[in-house]
Amino acid sequence: MIVELGHFCLVIACVLAGLQMVLPSVGLFRGNFLLINTGRSLASGVFLFTVLSFCALTYAFLTNDFSVAYVARNSNTLLPWQYQFSAVWGAHEGSFLLWTLVMSTWTLLVANFSKPLSDEFRARVLIVMAGLSVGFYLFLLLTSNPFERTLPFYPSEGADLNPLLQDFGLIVHPPLLYMGYVGLAVPFAFAIASLWSNQLDVSWARWSRPWTNAAWAFLTLGITLGSWWAYYELGWGGWWFWDAVENASFMPWLIATALIHSLAATEKRGVFKSWTVLLAVFGFSFSLLGAFLVRSGILTSVHAFAVDAERGQAILWFITIVIGGSLTLYSLRAWNLKSVVGFDKSGRENFILANNLLLTISAAVILVGTLYPLAYEALNDGAKISVGPPYFNAVFVPLMLPLLVLMAFSQRSQWAATDLRVLVYGQGRLLAGSTVLGFGVALLLGALDLWICGIATLAFWLTLNLGMELRRRVKGRQAPWRRLLKQPLAVWSMVIGHFGIAVVALGIVSAVMMSEETDLRMAPGDTATVGDLEVKFLGTEAVQGPNYLSDQGRLEVYRAGQLLAVLQPEKRRYLASQSIMTEADILVRFAGDIYVALGEPLSEGAWAVRIHIKPLVRLIWIGGVLIGLSGFLSLLDRRYRVRSVLREKEISERQGSETAYV
Amino acid sequence: MRGTFVVIGLLMSILAQATPVNPVEMPNDTLKARYYDLIAELRCPQCLNTNLAGSDAMIAQNLRETVRRLLLEGKTDAEIRTFLFERYGDFILYDPRWTPQTWLLWGTPFLFAVLGLWIWFRINQRSYQGPKALDPEEQDKLKQLLDKG
Amino acid sequence: MSKPSVLIPIVVFAALVALLGFGFRLSDPRLLPSENLGEPIPAFQLPNLLTGRLMTEADLTGEPFLLNVWATWCPSCVAEHDALTAIHTQYGVKIIGVNYNDDVDAARRWLEQLGDPYAFHVVDAEGTLAVDLGVYGAPETFVVNAEGTILYRHVGVVTEGVYQDTLATYLAQDSMGGS
Repeated sequence: MIVELGHFCLVIACVLAGLQMVLPSVGLFRGNFLLINTGRSLASGVFLFTVLSFCALTYAFLTNDFSVAYVARNSNTLLPWQYQFSAVWGAHEGSFLLWTLVMSTWTLLVANFSKPLSDEFRARVLIVMAGLSVGFYLFLLLTSNPFERTLPFYPSEGADLNPLLQDFGLIVHPPLLYMGYVGLAVPFAFAIASLWSNQLDVSWARWSRPWTNAAWAFLTLGITLGSWWAYYELGWGGWWFWDAVENASFMPWLIATALIHSLAATEKRGVFKSWTVLLAVFGFSFSLLGAFLVRSGILTSVHAFAVDAERGQAILWFITIVIGGSLTLYSLRAWNLKSVVGFDKSGRENFILANNLLLTISAAVILVGTLYPLAYEALNDGAKISVGPPYFNAVFVPLMLPLLVLMAFSQRSQWAATDLRVLVYGQGRLLAGSTVLGFGVALLLGALDLWICGIATLAFWLTLNLGMELRRRVKGRQAPWRRLLKQPLAVWSMVIGHFGIAVVALGIVSAVMMSEETDLRMAPGDTATVGDLEVKFLGTEAVQGPNYLSDQGRLEVYRAGQLLAVLQPEKRRYLASQSIMTEADILVRFAGDIYVALGEPLSEGAWAVRIHIKPLVRLIWIGGVLIGLSGFLSLLDRRYRVRSVLREKEISERQGSETAYV
Repeated sequence: MRGTFVVIGLLMSILAQATPVNPVEMPNDTLKARYYDLIAELRCPQCLNTNLAGSDAMIAQNLRETVRRLLLEGKTDAEIRTFLFERYGDFILYDPRWTPQTWLLWGTPFLFAVLGLWIWFRINQRSYQGPKALDPEEQDKLKQLLDKG
Repeated sequence: MSKPSVLIPIVVFAALVALLGFGFRLSDPRLLPSENLGEPIPAFQLPNLLTGRLMTEADLTGEPFLLNVWATWCPSCVAEHDALTAIHTQYGVKIIGVNYNDDVDAARRWLEQLGDPYAFHVVDAEGTLAVDLGVYGAPETFVVNAEGTILYRHVGVVTEGVYQDTLATYLAQDSMGGS
C-alpha cells in the first residue's frame, strides 16, 4: 500500500511541477501578480511529494518488500540496514528518483532564498527548473518506475546489492554528486531566464554566483569522494581510470570551474557575458550528457547502470529539446550580449579569459576521447577501438600545466589593469624562492624527480603569491593579524580553493611518481621488503561477516625493526550473490599509505599479496575537500547575508513605531 | 539476441569480480617492470573497461600469461602489442595507435589548443580604447534630456 | 560576438547529438569483431582430449566444420550442448571442439554425461589457441571451410535459430566453391 502511495505521490509531484511551469507562464503573459508567484508555493508542494515518494521506496527496502521489482533486484534480507538504505539509489530507477529529489530540493531552495530577485525574474527561473523537473518525472514514471511490482509471484529473497557497493562510499558519494550535477541546473535556469526576459545586464550573474558556487562545491566533493572510494575499495590502488562515467562527472566540473570564475568577471566588470551564458548552458548540458552516458548503454563502463536503449533514447530526446532550445534562444538573443567594457592585457579579466579557454578546451578534449570509440565504430564499419588512460594522461597533463602556471601568479592581478611591478617583475624573487623550497621538499621526500620538483615549485609559488595577496590587504593597517582574520570570506574562499588545487597537484604527482608496488607470492612466515619497510605475512583465518564469509589475512609491517602496524586485508565471498570481493587494508601514514590486498590462494597455504606504498596520496583527497569547502565558504560571505540597507531602515522604523509607546 | 548477450555478459562479469593480484616470476626487475606496465595498458577483451592487471576473467589470465611468455622470449613492447593487436584488434590497446583513422583523435587536442590560443589573441587585440563617442542620433537624445532637466 | 560565430555552439551540439543518436544503431559495445575472418586457423600442436594424440591445424582441413570453444566451468556451454547435438544429428554438420582452460578429467566426465556430438576435441589447457583465435569468452563458435579458413565467428551460445540464420549460410557458402 505504502509503495502504491509512493507511486501516487510521484505522480502528484509531476503534476505540481507541470503547474509550476504553466501557471507562472500564464501570469507573466497576463501580468497577473498572483499567478506569477505561484511558482514559489508550488515548489514546496513538489518537494514534499517527492520526499514522500522517496520515503515510500526507502520503506520498501527497509522492510524487505521483495514484491517490488527494484527492491528484489537490489536488496537482500542479510544486507545490513545502512546498505539497504543506500541501496535505494544503488541502481538506475532508484538513483533517478534521488535525482528528482535533489532537483526538487534545489528548486525549493531557489524559490525561498532568492529575495533580491524581482518576482518576474524569479518566476522565469522557477519555470525553467519546473520544466526540467517535469521532464525528469515523466522519464521516471513512464520508463523507469521504481515502484513496479513483481506480483502475482514474488521472490522470497532478493538478488542482493553488488558487494562493491556495500560500503560507506555508496551512502555519501551519489547524493553529493547529484547535488552537484543537478545543482548546475540553477545557473542554467538563471542564464535561460535572463535570455528569455532579455534582461541581459549583469544582475543575473550576481545572483547566480552563490548557487553556482554551491553546486560546484558539491560536485567537487562528490568527485573527490568517488576517487577515494575507488582507491580503498577496488583493491588495485588506483584512484582515477578515465572511465567514461568518471569523465562524465569531470567534464561538468571543468566547465563549472570556468563558470564560477567567468561569473565573477561578468558581475564585477560586465565582460564575457556570452561566455558566461554559454558556460552555464554547457555546464548543465554536460550534467545531462553524463546522465545519458551512464544510463544509455552505448559506452561500456564498470560504473554504468545496466539499462536498455529505449531509456537512453528518451534521455537523448530530452537533451536535444532542452539544450537545443537553450542554444537556439542564445543564438536569437546573443546580439544583445555585447560587453561594453574592455580590459588591459594585464588585467584579471585576461587571466579569467585564459582560464575559461583552458578549462573549456580540457573538457572538450576529454569529450572527444570519451566519445571517439563511438565515432570510430560508426565510420569504420564496426571496428572497435579503445581510448584509455595512456591517451587521457597524454593530452590532459599538457593542458593542465599552463593552467597551474597561470594560476600561480594570477591572484595578484587586479581588475582592468595590474601594476606590472607586481605581476611580472615581483615574481622573479618569488619564483626563485619557490624553486628552492620545491627542490627542498623533493629532497626531503627522497625523490629528486623533475616532475615532483616542478609541481612542488609551482605549489610553493602559488602559496607565496597567495600570501603576498593577503599581505597586501592588511599591510600598513592597524592590527594586521586581526584584520587578516576579518577579511571577507570570499577572499579566504579564493585562497583556500586555489591552495587546494596545489595540494591536489602535489598529491597526484607524488602518488604517480613515487609509489612502490609489489605483487608477490607469500607463504605464512614470509617477509617481503618494499621500500624501507618489511612486511611479514602471518597467514589467514576464516571470519564470518553479516552477509559474507571471509579469509582475513594478517600482515605485520616493520620499519627498521619497529612494528608499525598490523594490516588485515580480506577476501570475501558474499553469500547471496556468491561473488568474491577483495577488501584492501590501508595504513594511513603521512609518509605514504601502506596498501595491502590479497589475491588468490596459491598452493601450500601461500597467497598472492599486493603491497603498495603510496607517498602523499592522501593529499589528493585532502586537497579536494579543501576545494569543496572553499566553495561553501564563499556562500557565507557578508554580501549574501546582509539585507539591503533600505530594507533595514524600513524594518527598524516599523519596529520602532510598534514599540515606541510601551 | 541482445538479451542473451546481456545475460552472458552478466554471468561473465560476476565471475570477473575481484581485482586480482598478479605476482610474476621474472629473471630481472626490468622485465618485471615492463610486464606490469604492459598489463596496465592492455584491455581485458571481456570486461567492462578494465585492464589486464585488474581483471579476473579467464581470458585476462591467459593474456597475462601470454605477455609474460613473450617477454621471456625476448620480444619488445612494440612486438607484444602487435601480437595482441593481430588477434584482438585496436580494442585491446588502451593507448590508441597512430593511424589515419586516429589522426583526429590525437590531433584534436592540439587543434583545440591552437584554436584557443588564436581566440585569446583575437580577443586581446580588441584592446580598450576608452569610451565610444556618441553618434549624431545619440547626441540629439542627450541634448533633449539635458534641455528637459 | 559576430553573427555567424553565434551559431557555432548549436552546430557543434547538433553534431554531438547526431553522433550519440547514431550510437544506438551500433552493435553491443561489448561485442568484438573477429580479427581472424578470412585467415587460416592458427598453427597449434595440442593433444586430443580422448586419445591424447598430438594434433595440428592440418588435422582440421578436409571438410567445412564448426569450431566450438567450450569448457566445463562455463554454465552456458551446458545449454549450448543440446543445441549442438541437435545441429549435428539433424544437419550432419561436423563439429570440432576446443576444450579451453579446463581440467581434462572433468571434461571427459562432462562429455560422458551429456553425450559427444563432436568429431573430436583439442585440449587447450593454457589457452594459447584461444588467444590466437581471439577468443574472449566461452562459448564461441567459428565457421571454417574445407581449406581451413575461418569464415565467421559467433560469440555466445549457439542455438538452432542461430544456426539456421547465420551459421548455415556460411557453411553453405563454402560448399559452392567460393570463400
